[in-house]
Amino acid sequence: MSASKAAVERWTPESRIAIGAAAVVLVVLAIGPSIFSANAVDKLTTLFIYVILALMWNALVGFCGLVSIGQQAFFGLGAYAAIRLANSGVGVYPSLFLGALIVGALSWPLSIVMLRLKGGEFAIGMWVVAELAHLIVNLDTLVRGETGTSLIELDAYSSASRRALTYWCALAAMTGLLAIVFRLLRSPLGAAIQAIRDNDEAAESVGVRVVSAKRLVFTLAAFGAAMGGALWVATALTFQPKAYFSPLWTAYMIFMALVGGLGTFEGAILGAVIFFAIDTWFGAMGVWYLVGLGATALIFALLFPRGFWGWFEDRTSLRLLPIGYRLRLPSLNRATADRRPDT
Amino acid sequence: MIFINQVLQGVLLGGYYALIACGLSFMFGVMGVINLAHGSLAVVSAYALYVLADRFGVQPFIGLCVVAPLMALVGWALQRLVLERSARGGLLAPVLSTFGLSIILDNLLFQGFGADTRSLAPYIGDLSYDSWALTDQIAIGKLAALTMAVAIVLLGGVQIFLNRTLIGRAIRATAEDPDTVGLVGVNARRVNAVAAAIALATVAIAGAFLGMRATFDPYAGATQLIFAFEASVIGGAGSLWGTLAGGIVLGVAQSLGALVNPQGFFIAGHIAFFAVLFARLFLGRFGERVRIAVGGAIRT
Repeated sequence: MSASKAAVERWTPESRIAIGAAAVVLVVLAIGPSIFSANAVDKLTTLFIYVILALMWNALVGFCGLVSIGQQAFFGLGAYAAIRLANSGVGVYPSLFLGALIVGALSWPLSIVMLRLKGGEFAIGMWVVAELAHLIVNLDTLVRGETGTSLIELDAYSSASRRALTYWCALAAMTGLLAIVFRLLRSPLGAAIQAIRDNDEAAESVGVRVVSAKRLVFTLAAFGAAMGGALWVATALTFQPKAYFSPLWTAYMIFMALVGGLGTFEGAILGAVIFFAIDTWFGAMGVWYLVGLGATALIFALLFPRGFWGWFEDRTSLRLLPIGYRLRLPSLNRATADRRPDT
Repeated sequence: MIFINQVLQGVLLGGYYALIACGLSFMFGVMGVINLAHGSLAVVSAYALYVLADRFGVQPFIGLCVVAPLMALVGWALQRLVLERSARGGLLAPVLSTFGLSIILDNLLFQGFGADTRSLAPYIGDLSYDSWALTDQIAIGKLAALTMAVAIVLLGGVQIFLNRTLIGRAIRATAEDPDTVGLVGVNARRVNAVAAAIALATVAIAGAFLGMRATFDPYAGATQLIFAFEASVIGGAGSLWGTLAGGIVLGVAQSLGALVNPQGFFIAGHIAFFAVLFARLFLGRFGERVRIAVGGAIRT
């Protein structure tokens, strides 16, 4: 079931332009630290982390139908694993990636238990996972309870090279995860995953291996959230368990994915950019800012469940990225709802 | 002796968990909705009782006569404005929208009342600390005993209501099949709104005991939701007597965990929750059958 032949047929002139533009943007971003101001580099690093978080939550929910309120478990564990590894002598930048990989690997056995829960039970069950992870991390003497600790090994770098290295790590992680999700969604497995979101019993009845597909996405999302947490601790330097294991992180992810557009690849990026802008302008408002975030999530969930990108797609039929549902391979046409037909 | 005392206190604590889980379990069993704003709504009730007691000198038990009907109205509105709408948007929308609602409520409470912790204990006289001494080392708090009694009466009352009354039967029928009940003259929308109103009235009662037995702050809702959820899942989601058993298991696990380590209170509760999930996973269909047999009337 190779997708290569079918994949070629999905390209449209717009998507060629969009991919070309994305490549140019990536090249510009790659030389960012030498052309942007220090402040802009810091801001962009934050934006990259938001994109990672939005993309991963969107993959879990939008493509797989698994709403989790506990992704802060992996975010916090990723940061903690990075600190632990760096403390035990692993180079500080390799430990960001290694830590995320370890957390991703741990999430695989966890998925066996958690995926037995459905819908709202899964959502809060994941929250319990996050609470338990938080309490267990607090037991580590290195963390010193809620006082927390910091990624002290970063002091070995000058602030300029630290800024640039963290920026490049975030850019590399974001690009890599975008590429993985992109590849995944274009593959036959991607069609299977979206069939699961639409109706997992029906998907199973036509031969989709529902459980293993869900576990794959669950693990990928855990890895991505852990990567986000590890990068966050590299930018923030300090690690307070309460701040990293806060459900607010999941609230941010929900906000980004819902506003951008659940289940659309472009929507995750758009949502992260919108959240980044709102966070920059209104973040200082504190409580009212959070009330606004909650209200926006509520309103979008009720009234605009497809978000900005979904709305945009419905009206323009513009496809920037070639991730159509319908592959030309006849064996794959059966399972998928044809919401984004190829033009 | 310490051990026996911890178990006893754990059982009594379980009464509170059963109380807070009652509304969540009822809503899940009857409407198939998990309300993520459940804990926040309990905290809202506690604050409402606090305001009544603090500003107007209304004793919390009397205050409940005002707050419980108000929360029932909130439940009606919640069903009509949020849950009913979001149910049309698929399975995900209720989870997302009620989580959004909980963020709004928590932060509005913070805006209104600040970060200070509050308690209803000062307004209920010596009930908050009085106890019956059984031996030198074992005492039963009067408030804890009252909580347990209220939990049993409430869960039993809801069970009898569902089994014996016309509207209770309509609620169960609607839970089975909302389309078919229309054929026999039941208004499914109204029945669901009544069910949500009842659920939130029980949340008001839980909120009162939350405030009386300890302190609370604007962000206490998340913890209440998690305890309620654990009690209801341990007991078998959607079953009311199971919820009482689940609450007791959770309370006992927590109070024994507290013997081991100061953090052990919370850790042991979460571990008990996962142990039950594991057991269900490995006992498989047998466990499922037992759960349904024990679980009782509502969902099956």
